Amino acid sequence: MVYKIWMSVVKEFLLLKRDLGGLIILFVMPLVLVITVTLIQDSTFKTVSDSKIQILLVDNDKGSVSKTVFDNLEKSNLFSVVTQIDNKEITEEMAKEAVYKGKFQLAIVIPQNLSSDLQEKIDQNVAKIVSSMGLTDTTAVKEPQRIIKEKQVNLYFDPAVQMSFKNAVMSSIDKMISQIETKSIYTTFQNQLGEGTTQFEQKSFITFKEMIPKINNKEVRPNSVQHNVPAWTLFAIFFIVIPLSINIVKEKSQGTFVRLLTNPVSNLIVMIGKTITYLIICMIQFYMMVAVAIFLFPSIGLPPLNIEGHWVLMSIVALFSGFAAIGFGILLGTVASTQEQSAPFGATSVIILAAIGGVWVPVFAMPTIMQYIAKSSPMNWGLEAFYDVLLRSVSFVEIIPKIALLFLFFIITTSIALFYDKKKRTV
Amino acid sequence: MYSLNNVSLEINQGEIFGLLGPNGAGKTTLISMLCGLIKPTSGHFTIDELNYRQHSRKIKKIIGVVPQEYALYPTLTARENLLYFGSMYGLKGSYLKDKVVETMDLLGLLKFADKPIETFSGGMKRRINLIAGILHNPKVLFLDEPTVGVDVQSRNAIIDYLKVLNQNGTTIIYTSHHLGEAEDFCTKIAILDRGRIFAQGTPKSLIASTTDARNLEDVFISLTGKDFRDGI
Repeated sequence: MVYKIWMSVVKEFLLLKRDLGGLIILFVMPLVLVITVTLIQDSTFKTVSDSKIQILLVDNDKGSVSKTVFDNLEKSNLFSVVTQIDNKEITEEMAKEAVYKGKFQLAIVIPQNLSSDLQEKIDQNVAKIVSSMGLTDTTAVKEPQRIIKEKQVNLYFDPAVQMSFKNAVMSSIDKMISQIETKSIYTTFQNQLGEGTTQFEQKSFITFKEMIPKINNKEVRPNSVQHNVPAWTLFAIFFIVIPLSINIVKEKSQGTFVRLLTNPVSNLIVMIGKTITYLIICMIQFYMMVAVAIFLFPSIGLPPLNIEGHWVLMSIVALFSGFAAIGFGILLGTVASTQEQSAPFGATSVIILAAIGGVWVPVFAMPTIMQYIAKSSPMNWGLEAFYDVLLRSVSFVEIIPKIALLFLFFIITTSIALFYDKKKRTV
Repeated sequence: MYSLNNVSLEINQGEIFGLLGPNGAGKTTLISMLCGLIKPTSGHFTIDELNYRQHSRKIKKIIGVVPQEYALYPTLTARENLLYFGSMYGLKGSYLKDKVVETMDLLGLLKFADKPIETFSGGMKRRINLIAGILHNPKVLFLDEPTVGVDVQSRNAIIDYLKVLNQNGTTIIYTSHHLGEAEDFCTKIAILDRGRIFAQGTPKSLIASTTDARNLEDVFISLTGKDFRDGI
């Protein structure tokens, strides 16, 4: 039996060796994928300063508020503020048109008299408070107060801009405006009460700080590489479903599968041969991607993957993820009749599994129903196990439930495939 | 509706038994059942006194199968294909390697041993297909149209080699649409149509028992008619 398995493994490797396209899919594409995605994702957070996003600022205010908005945006290193197009001052209409045509991603329109009206409104409010405290000159003649309408800062977004970007920008602008209002209120109080001598502390009283997990008294700060490499490595491991299912479908269409069924060898041994071969490939893929992340990433401006002390556990997770992917590939190859069925279905299903597994959007950010569905995705078990090891530094015992689920998935899918095949051959 | 109905056959050791019939007659289904590819819904069979229900693995060890398709890995060389399929019969080491060389030499393919199958002509593929089924010296050899689509030279080489195998004690069960070939090659023939056996006997006895028949083709037309058997 061992010799038959060995010869099956040799045969599978020979078949792969002669299939250049298959080898590219197996080894080159995952590397391209992990490098590309990590570069893109990393730039979203880190290197935006290298390529600032241009935004339009329509300043109808010409006051201190618009100046503060302008200065803060410029200081943020995220944006480069454009106030003129073709040497002409931008109007709201011009900005709207440019943004809706996708020439710019965002336009901020500061309304007329925002600074003066804000100051006047604050003055009125502060005066009311000060007066109610009996601190004002009661002999002074009160002037009737002007009614000041609420002011609105208009934001125009390119319709193609994603919600996450929109939300992030709106949140930072909201914060910026709140800070301006607060500062103005403090200044007004200071003027009314202290006649310039009392100094209000305008620094935020409540601050926050991210506490970084420590391993061996060394801070381990997660970066985009630590998040992306496991996620996309897992994605690549699952892409083995495509060549494996094609391999099985080909055996059926070539007639070699039929020949094997007439030989004194069980289908299980044939599948064990495939499983061993593709597991070896999964592990090679994994080590290649990790090696690229450690050695190549620093030379292309990305932080290196820090896998220090996690080699063994990471390898175990990769191995069991490989089992799950292979089980799915065997099932798909057994059920599909043609490569036209297996290849597109394999690719689409892996993308769906990745999506619901949390490769793109974290599971905690998904709607409740999707969170339940995510928990049933083998990609989620693998991803969580990778994160447990790499980012949460857990022990082997703590990843056992996840890798056990991955192995169970392999057993179930392979058993269904063997059972299906047996049933199908019964006339 | 069944592919086969009330089929009863007894094939003796050392015979070359031809299963003939029009398309859809049930030849391939019958061979597939005897090889263990599909399970019959009812009935039974024994090969070398081994019942298929209890001894399917033992039966697979003593039978050889040459399917209608080439059933080879196109990107592997002839030698790699044969070593692999030979190993699935439990053959190994130098015995297997020598056996591969010997049979390829006998069928005139040794000099192409290390070429990929995809570069072979139809006739060469048929011969490799045959070798893959006989490396383990089977007691019973099933051949499903082993000479279809090959040139005369390859066909003669295949038939001659099968005769040698038969002389060495291998029982051969064979299907074909080449009635002339079957008439010369087979020691016994059964004519199947619509899943039933219409006649069986030696080629000579079948010709003799059919009015105005000069050869097996006349017998075949007389029993199965001239209508097309197209069907989906």
